[in-house]
Amino acid sequence: MAITDVAEKLLVPPSGGTFAALASSIRRHRLASVGLIVIVVLCLLALLAPLIAPFDPYHQDLYAVLSPPSAQHWLGTDNLGRDLLSRILYGARVSLMTGLLCTFLAAAIGVPIGLLAGYTGGAMDAILMRVTDAFLCFPPLIFILAMSAALGPGLSNVILSFALFGWTGFARIVRGQALLVRELPFIEAARATGVSRFRIMWRHVFPNTLAPIIVAISITVGGAILVESGISFLGLGVQPPTASWGKELRVGFTYLEVVPLFSLAPGLMISLAVLGFNFLGDGLRDALDPRLNGFDR
Amino acid sequence: MADTNSGALVEAESLSVHFPRHRSATRPGIAAVDRIDLKIHRGEILGLVGESGCGKSTLARTLLGLIEPSGGVVRFGGDSIGNLPERQMRPYRRRMQIVFQDPYSSLNPRMRIGETIAEAMFIHGHATKSDAAPLVADLLKLVGLDPAMAGRFPHEFSGGQRQRIGIARALAVRPEFIACDEPVSALDVSIQAQIVNLLHDLREKMGLTFLFVSHDLAVVRHISDRVAIMYLGRIVEIAPKERVYDEPLHPYTQALLLAVPVPTRTSQKRSARKVMQGEVPSPLNPPSGCHFHPRCPHAFAPCALKQPPLREVATGHFVACHLYEPQQRSAEPDHAEDSARREGQTPHGGGSQVMSTNPGQMIERSGEYR
Repeated sequence: MAITDVAEKLLVPPSGGTFAALASSIRRHRLASVGLIVIVVLCLLALLAPLIAPFDPYHQDLYAVLSPPSAQHWLGTDNLGRDLLSRILYGARVSLMTGLLCTFLAAAIGVPIGLLAGYTGGAMDAILMRVTDAFLCFPPLIFILAMSAALGPGLSNVILSFALFGWTGFARIVRGQALLVRELPFIEAARATGVSRFRIMWRHVFPNTLAPIIVAISITVGGAILVESGISFLGLGVQPPTASWGKELRVGFTYLEVVPLFSLAPGLMISLAVLGFNFLGDGLRDALDPRLNGFDR
Repeated sequence: MADTNSGALVEAESLSVHFPRHRSATRPGIAAVDRIDLKIHRGEILGLVGESGCGKSTLARTLLGLIEPSGGVVRFGGDSIGNLPERQMRPYRRRMQIVFQDPYSSLNPRMRIGETIAEAMFIHGHATKSDAAPLVADLLKLVGLDPAMAGRFPHEFSGGQRQRIGIARALAVRPEFIACDEPVSALDVSIQAQIVNLLHDLREKMGLTFLFVSHDLAVVRHISDRVAIMYLGRIVEIAPKERVYDEPLHPYTQALLLAVPVPTRTSQKRSARKVMQGEVPSPLNPPSGCHFHPRCPHAFAPCALKQPPLREVATGHFVACHLYEPQQRSAEPDHAEDSARREGQTPHGGGSQVMSTNPGQMIERSGEYR
């Protein structure tokens, strides 16, 4: 009884589908709305960078290096005289894209594993979850660092190594949800109809695990942006002259006493983006928690 | 004798289902279904009645091959289907279907109802993506829904409508046999009647065979041709419905029927009502002999010792009770005398067997809702 009750609330929100319910919960959840707005603004800035950036981010003006903010260069210039605002706008593209790619790649590995483990159960579940546990044992940042170093610097290697260690969360979440969903009568109905196991997983179980996956994606993107920044900060991610927030932060760090904005601005952007994704994720999680439903936040 | 092989569409022979008590248990576990023999004839509606946790849903699911039997044989149209691997089971899936109790969780909330119904058609090649729409519309019409609703999601429907969708999904594979697992117990009474009538019409129109699982005696009486009564994993009585309702033989059946409140009953008669004592014993540790004996007003010596077989006592009327065993009948000729004696004696081993709060029983019950 209890299982179906909870599942009922998770799966069948009273008004509209889960997406409609999520949307309305986000609107009611103040932090989540803030997060969503921040994310949308950052994404727009990144997408429109070529249109709104005042300068070419790669154009060097060696007569005006490390200049303070001015009417011409709103955030000043970097150590090679490039416009910092333009570099941050272009860096947003790299950082956000990396965060999203990392996350989707991790989800693409973790979700099928979780589905298979949760729906199949038994030995399959035990084996897959032990493998997941094994991956969870690695301290991710250290291993991403090690892998990036081993494979050579570059963004694609960061993304690959993030996915390789970041899928475990997805696998666990999806497995848990699949365990819940597989006991529901509509799965039995599908079995009674002769629907194949893979089709049941894909058409019946997977869509009903989407809600927690969305929450996980939101929070993981924030984490991935942070990891990318960290790796780039250490010099293993993006290679010059490409801009990314972590890279700018690193270069600006050297000149922290001369032009603080050089490292503060990209740092602020990283914080904003990570906070935005985390706020949104938290809001979504609250929206999906049936025990909290009905309380206004 | 009337039950010849040719007439039975679905048949259980000494069918048992045991659920392990523990993941790695070597102990026998719970016998949810205990050596049941049952034949469901082509074109009939067989009502299956029993209290919560007696194994009726398990029996229905095992007949459909959704639960593997631990022992015995399930035959469908004469073929044994008990332990077939999924691939070989598929041709039979097309011929039998299930309608669930809970109209809310029995439909995928993420699928449009048209997709849900069409999926069953695709699987069995009754339709392709291009020609499914009119077939889905026909089915929706058949179950009394507006075909224009095919594009909606389950949460947009009421419980009764959802149950109709569930029936349409079952019909989509063009089955011969449908097991209805308490299809109306989650619905309002007014809606119950509509669904029951719909099932009745479908039987008339399509010659379907139904197993109708319920704990509602009135609904079963309305819809069934024959009725089987289950108690703790065993069928205790099975007969045409007139006989079950007018001439119940098994003391459990009698008690069940008497437990139904009847407004016209006079107060005098009411005082004579024998209400069953105690709770259903734990299926983890069922009473010896006849499972019903601790609660039975007619229990006598052999009841606690030996399990009575299901025996045909009149044409088509089977009952599993020592009162109707030939040798016992001579020993205990008078049924009334026995019930008179009951006043002075406690049922054999009654006190220790009757458990009112038993965790195992709760586990079994919660299992029903999954």
